[in-house]
Amino acid sequence: MNPREVWPAGILVLWALAGLVAPWLSLEPNAIHLERILESPMTGGGLGFDDPGRPLLDRLIAGPATSFLVAFWVVGLSSIAGTLIGSFSAYAGGFWDRLLVHVIDLFLAFPGILLAIALAGILGPGIENVVIALTLVGWVGYARLARAQVLSLKTRDHVLAAIALGVPRARIVRAHLLTLISAPLIVEASFGIAAVVVAEAGLSFLGLGVQPPEASWGSMIRDGTRYLLVAPHMVLVPGLAMVAVVLAVNLLGDRLRDRLDVRGGA
Amino acid sequence: MRLLLRRLIATLGVVLGVVVLVFLLIHLIPGDPIDVMLGESALPADREALRHALGLDLPLLEQLYNYIDGLLHLDFGRSLHSQRPILELLVERLPATLELTAAAFAITLALALPLGLLAAARRGTAWDHGAMSFSLIGVSIPHFWLGPLLILVFSLWLSWLPVSGREGVGAVILPAITLGTALSAILARMIRSSVLEVLSEDFIRTAYAKGLSRRQVLLRHALPNALLPVITILGLQLGALLAGAVITETVFSWPGIGLLTIEAIQSRDYPVVQACVLLIALSYVLINSLTDLVYALIDPRIRIGIRVGAGA
Repeated sequence: MNPREVWPAGILVLWALAGLVAPWLSLEPNAIHLERILESPMTGGGLGFDDPGRPLLDRLIAGPATSFLVAFWVVGLSSIAGTLIGSFSAYAGGFWDRLLVHVIDLFLAFPGILLAIALAGILGPGIENVVIALTLVGWVGYARLARAQVLSLKTRDHVLAAIALGVPRARIVRAHLLTLISAPLIVEASFGIAAVVVAEAGLSFLGLGVQPPEASWGSMIRDGTRYLLVAPHMVLVPGLAMVAVVLAVNLLGDRLRDRLDVRGGA
Repeated sequence: MRLLLRRLIATLGVVLGVVVLVFLLIHLIPGDPIDVMLGESALPADREALRHALGLDLPLLEQLYNYIDGLLHLDFGRSLHSQRPILELLVERLPATLELTAAAFAITLALALPLGLLAAARRGTAWDHGAMSFSLIGVSIPHFWLGPLLILVFSLWLSWLPVSGREGVGAVILPAITLGTALSAILARMIRSSVLEVLSEDFIRTAYAKGLSRRQVLLRHALPNALLPVITILGLQLGALLAGAVITETVFSWPGIGLLTIEAIQSRDYPVVQACVLLIALSYVLINSLTDLVYALIDPRIRIGIRVGAGA
């Protein structure tokens, strides 16, 4: 492994680990220590305490479990749905493909996070609704990518040969097309994870995601903005963690893109 | 001319689709929207009155017809919360959002142009690495953290700028930086790769061969050509700016459309939410269509219908 990939990979491993094992650690993210309210990391222990006196270190470690869950479901659902819809429509062509292009154009007419904010706001706060909102917004990108890829592949010789041999449609899409378009889709999904994590944090920051007292880095930043002057650590701790993770994903995503030689999103 | 007409029809189609989608938003409310707005303990008479006022007792198609008819007369309905016409609220809040996005856009260009150009001109040097590191960090910092961070440093610690609101000179600076940083990071990167691509073309060698200075070649020959592909991306990214304004305005209590959206969501004032989303989405559609047109106007290759690059 390239030495320049070590630290971003390390951060992501830590993050994933926190997301996966947090429930089994004896964390007390919601334990209230009234005598330690807003205590800073300098005087208190660990990473300091927040406004009701909850330990920030425990909340920081407990947070990724939520974002992780959301990212898992959103990226999973939207990439599968988007890829299937996009590739079948490109392969089938005709009316369905034209319809899909219009639907994609329509969804792209909304700046992504705006539609997510509106949907989450209207569906009501909560994790399930965040997943629904982000999936409804997210599938379009995968559908567009899969469609474009399949369009450029469907006249290749091996596909034409499969058609000539009478291979069923579903099998052609699965065996001859999806395998070839998986590389750019994996890159898209890797960026997608970072995007979903930021979007979830953004929605939680706006009060539309995770509901108190549950911890999410976004809601921790939200809690902290009210105590910026007296307890800046409440905003700095989750924010730095968040930037580190997104930075790591972007760095590794770049490398992955270089390695798989996929052309940029431009 | 035909291009213009085709674009116009396509844009109208998208606009209609956006309107229908925004109209349908209110029907996505789980259960009875009236319950959500008034609470389940509301009196039956009040519920029916609201249902009637919102037209929710009519068949869906008739509701849609009324909604579009209202929009054509610039009638967005009334706010459930303040009872004021929504158009009034929008007009009141729009200038703040325009000021914020314009300032953010100015900051974006002021940062991205020199950074991208410098990185390309000094490819592989410390300048390049520095600019690209800035770009990487810039895209990785979310608005909702950069905002509080800037408030902490420049408002609370240094007391240079106001914490929030739109009062006084300089109030727009921090929100604009918050909103513009990510975009300038993305743009700097694009300008760099676009300039690098142009620099490898024959006419650049010709320009050098006829004795032009490096500066002249970069500014007069490379930059204008490199900016062409950047413009299309810019349109899309301006939309991201409008959406980012929702979070940025919330962070800074900046009294624009974005803050209005969040306030309306919090007070379950769904007609206002619909109107705000519609306004932002339609501005986005408009900006993108204009970008396409500008692109066609300044690049003759597109005007005469030759496809450039990998068109779908």
